[in-house]
Amino acid sequence: MLANANRMTPYLFLAPAALIMIVALLYPIGYMIYASFLDWNPSQRIGEADWIGLRNYTELLGDAAFRESFWVTLKFASIVVSIEMVLGVGLALLLDRELRGMTLLRTVFILPMMIAPIVVGLVWRYMYHPTVGTFNRFLDSIGLPSAPWLSDGDWAFASIVIADIWQWTPFIFILSLAALQSLPRSAMEAARIDGATGWQLIWHIKLPLMLPVLIVTALLRIIDAFKVLEVILVLTNGGPGLSTEILALRISRTASEFRELGYAAAMSNLLLILLLVLTIAMFAYTKLQEVRAARLRQAAED
Amino acid sequence: MATQTPRQNPAFYALLVVLIFMALGPIVLMIANSFKLNVQITSPTASLLFTPTIQNYETALCHWLPYEPEHVRRCDRTFGRALGNSLIISLISTAITLVLGCMAAYALVRFRFMGRGVTSLTTLMVRMVPPAVLLVPVFGIWTFQFGIDGTRAGIILIYVAMNLPFVIWILQSFIVQVPIQLEEAARMDGAGPFRTFFLVVLPLIKPGLAAAAIFTFRVGWNEFLLANALADRGSRTVPVTIVNSLTEYDIDWGVIMATGTLLAVPPILFTLVASRQIITGMTAGAVKG
Repeated sequence: MLANANRMTPYLFLAPAALIMIVALLYPIGYMIYASFLDWNPSQRIGEADWIGLRNYTELLGDAAFRESFWVTLKFASIVVSIEMVLGVGLALLLDRELRGMTLLRTVFILPMMIAPIVVGLVWRYMYHPTVGTFNRFLDSIGLPSAPWLSDGDWAFASIVIADIWQWTPFIFILSLAALQSLPRSAMEAARIDGATGWQLIWHIKLPLMLPVLIVTALLRIIDAFKVLEVILVLTNGGPGLSTEILALRISRTASEFRELGYAAAMSNLLLILLLVLTIAMFAYTKLQEVRAARLRQAAED
Repeated sequence: MATQTPRQNPAFYALLVVLIFMALGPIVLMIANSFKLNVQITSPTASLLFTPTIQNYETALCHWLPYEPEHVRRCDRTFGRALGNSLIISLISTAITLVLGCMAAYALVRFRFMGRGVTSLTTLMVRMVPPAVLLVPVFGIWTFQFGIDGTRAGIILIYVAMNLPFVIWILQSFIVQVPIQLEEAARMDGAGPFRTFFLVVLPLIKPGLAAAAIFTFRVGWNEFLLANALADRGSRTVPVTIVNSLTEYDIDWGVIMATGTLLAVPPILFTLVASRQIITGMTAGAVKG
């Protein structure tokens, strides 16, 4: 902390950023909570909309389409995060050695996350195309029948899962690799001297030591998986039927196609609460780890 | 370094090559197709060997060209204009976010004041708010209260607000590492807090600023949902035009792949130039929490 600064100085530094976040972030969130109690369409000012209390929320409970999209979102998030965790951590354990070309792999692996989700959707939509797409061409060339990648409900769901795995497994890989490489070498050496095999080393030393990072990584990915929108919008736009209509897409359609802003606000509110719970869980967990680490250090010093 | 590397099982190198191929494949496919004519893309005997053509790029960028390409019958200005909008919106929102964000981060790290805890916590919490949640309220407020719907300024405002929490958070970790003695010395020499900040602290956190700039630019450059809700014909960004041209029944794959490639070029360049900073930004939250 700096001494003898003017008492106003920190506020001057903070004010512009704080003002923008209040006006364009906190105010909209408050606005949305208010709007979720209204029957409001986009041609009205919010003041002209009718106050209907909790009706939007009670309607949500009985709304089969909403329930379906909630289920699709949960299914999507849990499936992609599980597969990506297994693949990403597995690859990191496998490739945690001095190989030439690792820097190149890490660089190449960031690309799917850096380019626009719209572009990711575009590329995969081409590859899934029924006639000119890469996959059906390949199936055709080895004499197999074409697959209905985006036109059948179950296939379409698998297709968006595959695209997400392609895009986000690298995230888990990069984070787990960083975690692996920051593990204390001494623990590994000691285990190796005691005659531990590669598998024992992984199960009893590496994975337990990586666990805190893995949990935070998984939580970060779950939060992100709940926010995915653009790739699915471009690939299937929620279809066929409601088979790939995740919550974010449902919100966007309720607002722009069905023009029910209050109802969309109520859905947004539920999504926000869900994300808030996950975020708090993540912070609580990180804090807990910090406290534990501090206590261990304290004990070591005593 | 390379000479000390112990010999590794070739299987690992095979795996490495396969992974690189899988990560790059779809992107290379898009770039390759952007240099093909539609008849080449859709022909049943598509091959890796083809004569590249820049016709798709000429079609997309026709009104930026000094000449009139023969194959373009009627020049569609949509994409060229969107590219200009995307550039303006991303660059300006990045600049504003960085300046305001590093000032706020500095205040949170270096000063003890009333409201510091609340500000810190709020900043951390709002980081997870997704665009889909902001869609309804931002549309309502921008249209009915601020009257800035359809303008580039409106889109810039929401991008700045969305990026500030992340930028503040990541820059805090860089500012903490600046030795406080440097600032005290500057103070002794009579520099005020603002001069100390801009002349002493900022030059020392350049790597952090680079990482923050890349992440901020990427949001403005790639974002679709809010841009789609807030933009009118004149302020549409590239992702919005791409989605618009995809919904039509007969997709012009060649031109779409060319626009997609153009949209992917800046992120690809950033990745090649600054992959280390990007990885630092990604791992900062999870690994060293």
